[in-house]
Order: sequence, then C-alpha cells, then structure tokens
Amino acid sequence: MRRIVIVGASLAAVNAVERLRARGYPGEIVLVGAEPELPYDRTPLSKQALHDGPDTAALLLHPPAWYTEHGVELRLGRAAVGLDLRTRQVHLAGGQTIAYEGLVIATGSRARVIAGARTAGALRYLRTIDDSTSIHRRLIPGRHLVVIGAGFIGLEVAATARQLGLDVTVVEHAPAPLTRVLGERAGNWFASYHRARGVNVRCGVKLARVDPVPAGSSTVRLSDGTALAADLIVAGVGASPATEWLRTSPLSLMDGVLCDSSLRASAPGVVAAGDACRWHNPRYGELMRVEQWSNAAEQGRHAADTLLTGVDNPYAPIPYFWSDQFEAKIRFVGRAKLGDNIHIQEDNGSMVALFGRNGLLNGALCVNAPRKLATYRQAILDETPWGDVI
Amino acid sequence: MKVTVDVQVCQGYACCLMEAPTIFDLNDSAGKAIVLRPEPTEDVWDEAEAAALACPARAITIENG
Repeated sequence: MRRIVIVGASLAAVNAVERLRARGYPGEIVLVGAEPELPYDRTPLSKQALHDGPDTAALLLHPPAWYTEHGVELRLGRAAVGLDLRTRQVHLAGGQTIAYEGLVIATGSRARVIAGARTAGALRYLRTIDDSTSIHRRLIPGRHLVVIGAGFIGLEVAATARQLGLDVTVVEHAPAPLTRVLGERAGNWFASYHRARGVNVRCGVKLARVDPVPAGSSTVRLSDGTALAADLIVAGVGASPATEWLRTSPLSLMDGVLCDSSLRASAPGVVAAGDACRWHNPRYGELMRVEQWSNAAEQGRHAADTLLTGVDNPYAPIPYFWSDQFEAKIRFVGRAKLGDNIHIQEDNGSMVALFGRNGLLNGALCVNAPRKLATYRQAILDETPWGDVI
Repeated sequence: MKVTVDVQVCQGYACCLMEAPTIFDLNDSAGKAIVLRPEPTEDVWDEAEAAALACPARAITIENG
C-alpha cells in the first residue's frame, strides 16, 4: 500500500498511525480532521480541563513534531464530505479530493442535539475544546446551572460545576441517572451521591421548554410544571456517530460504519475504529458500538493491523471505562446491559456493584476500589459463576 | 526491560493491572499503581508493553536494553 488515509483526527486515528509505523508500514499516511487542532484527549473536557479551563497544548495526544517524525501529512480544519468507493477517493470540504489505497474511518461521534424550537439556542453541548472553554467561562460561583441528562457527561459537568460553587440541578427523564448503561439500582447510587454533595437531582421529568428572560438568563420549564432559573444550560443526552459524510456512498451504515469482527467495513481497503465503528464482537455475539477511550485506542491499533495484514483478526474486547465525579473514581469493566442480577456493597467511601447474567458475572462497577476491578475482569474472563463472586 | 510508573500522572485507572497482573499492583487507598517487577522477565514483556499502551494517563515508561 502506498497511501493510507485516516479520516478523523481522533484518539483512534493516532493509535492507528502508531501501529502502522510500529509495523514498518513505509507508505504515505494522510490524516484528515474537521477541527483545526491536532488530535487531543477529550476525556478531561468534562472534568479537570472544564474545572481549570482547557489548555490545548496539554490536551494534545502528541506534540506537532511527532507527526513529522512519523511521516504524517496533516489536513486539519477541513472535514471529509464524501467517499467514492469506486475510484477510492475521499472528498473534502472546499472541493479537494484525496486518493487512498487503505482508508481508516475514525470520525468519532458528535453530541446529540435536543430537537425543537422550544429550546433552540438556549442549550450548550460539550464535545470539543471550544465547547469546554465556552462552558468553563460561564462556571461562575453562585450562578445557576441546569444540566439536561444524567449520563456520564452530564454528571461530570454537574460535579465540576458544583465544586466551583454553582447551584446545580440535573434533569433526567429516566427514573434514575445512568439507567441506560448501569440500570436503575446502580443509577440510584449516583443520584444519592450527587444529592449528598448539594446537586439537585430530578429524575422522571422531562425538559418542556426554555423561556428566555432579560439579562441573558432563562427559565427552564419541566414536564411536571417546575420552573428553574438558569444562567447556563448544558445538555448531555448522548452521542451519534459522525457518519453523515458517508451517507451518499454505498458503504453499509447502521448507527455507525457497519464492520465485521476484524473491523473491515463493507468495501475493500476500508476499516473503521472508535465511536463511529459498529462491529461484530465475537465475545458477545452481537453488533456493538462503544463510545469509550480504551476502545477507541485499542480499536485504532486493531484496525491498522487488519488493514496491513489483510487476514481475519477478530476484535473481542471486554469493555472498560471510567468517570471521575467529586472524589469518586468510577471504573467499570464488562457489561451491565441485559443483566438479570445485581449485587451492591458499600464500604467506607467505596462501592462495588456486580452485574450477573445467565448465572455468570458479566460486569463490575468499582468506585474508589480500582484493585477489585482487575480481579473481577479476570472473573469475567474465567466465566466465574455468579454465586462464587458475591 | 525496565518498567516505571509516574505516580504523579497515574489516575488509578487499573488498566495496567488488568493487562499485566504479574508486573503491576494497585494501592487501593492511594488509588495509584505500584510496579511489582521493575525488571520483568522476557516472557511477560508483551504484557508490559500492552499495559503501557492501555494506560489512559500514559503514566508507564518502558526502557528496553
């Protein structure tokens, strides 16, 4: 292969570059990114970087010189807008095209937007350095923040703002925070944890509309009739794969780029990695799309392997993610989804929630108990019976 | 091979312990990684390298030779 084009200046992309060069790939690498910045770490944007104000240089995954050393041609600040599979060309905004022999799709995801004119213009979303900077500037002690959505981003923003002395309300339409990922019982632990630190957590209610009031603030109206004063409203209601640019190509999409177990998309020479990739995970026997740091990094390396070797190379990880909220270091391994059993134990500032499925341990949530995480991961790998772990 | 962890950078993600349990441990109360085997034998070099790659904080340094 003489030229590999990587679309998306992301964590997955950087890991793909590292692996391509580590394997001795001698050809050209072109990295295309919609944002003007070099690839950076997004995970601090709702935590430490939001607290302190993002420092772009500190967030970069590699300094500028690294790209020169690794022979990477950068095309930043210019989004890919189309893909021609027949001629093997990527179309960029502004009319340029780049030919490829190998293509890595690593365009990630974007914040899902709450539709409807009743909230138009009032809501902020958090995805990029610019978003984080803009929200940081408005985190002024004593002001009122309303967070829409008690997922990980919403809870991290709430914790950060509360630590900075804001009055914070979190609005969630499900009965508890994080129910989609962890279920209601573990989610309730998060509701209590945040309430104990002064966050007003309101579950089972929906955002009805936002009424602007003078002086730049707003009134947030909820489905139960409650009115909340807000100087700032941040919505964290999930993410969608950034695959709009592929809609006009015949590449198979299904809430992400549809890939086989080896991360190959539906056209020759095309692989995908990171949030934009939906692949068949043979460990679980199902199609998965994962929006997590570890998956993006590992998948970037794995997709590079598949592209170079061309052989079957199944990618079968056990998911892992983390979150930091107040003093809680939250670590999760495995899956909680479709669980039929849960066991929660709390002990002196730490909490462990175990998730069982079909008589086996399937997932473990460890708060301030990182050592146990490794033990439970091994127990998941060993297919340990549920009765032996609780 | 020499393996070191920068505890100032370590965030207690536990990825090293999951990738290379014979080389790393974690201090639960401090939430920081500990290197059990700073000069691991060749049979676990792959694990050490996997741990360094998996660390979200990039706290692990591996020196070869």
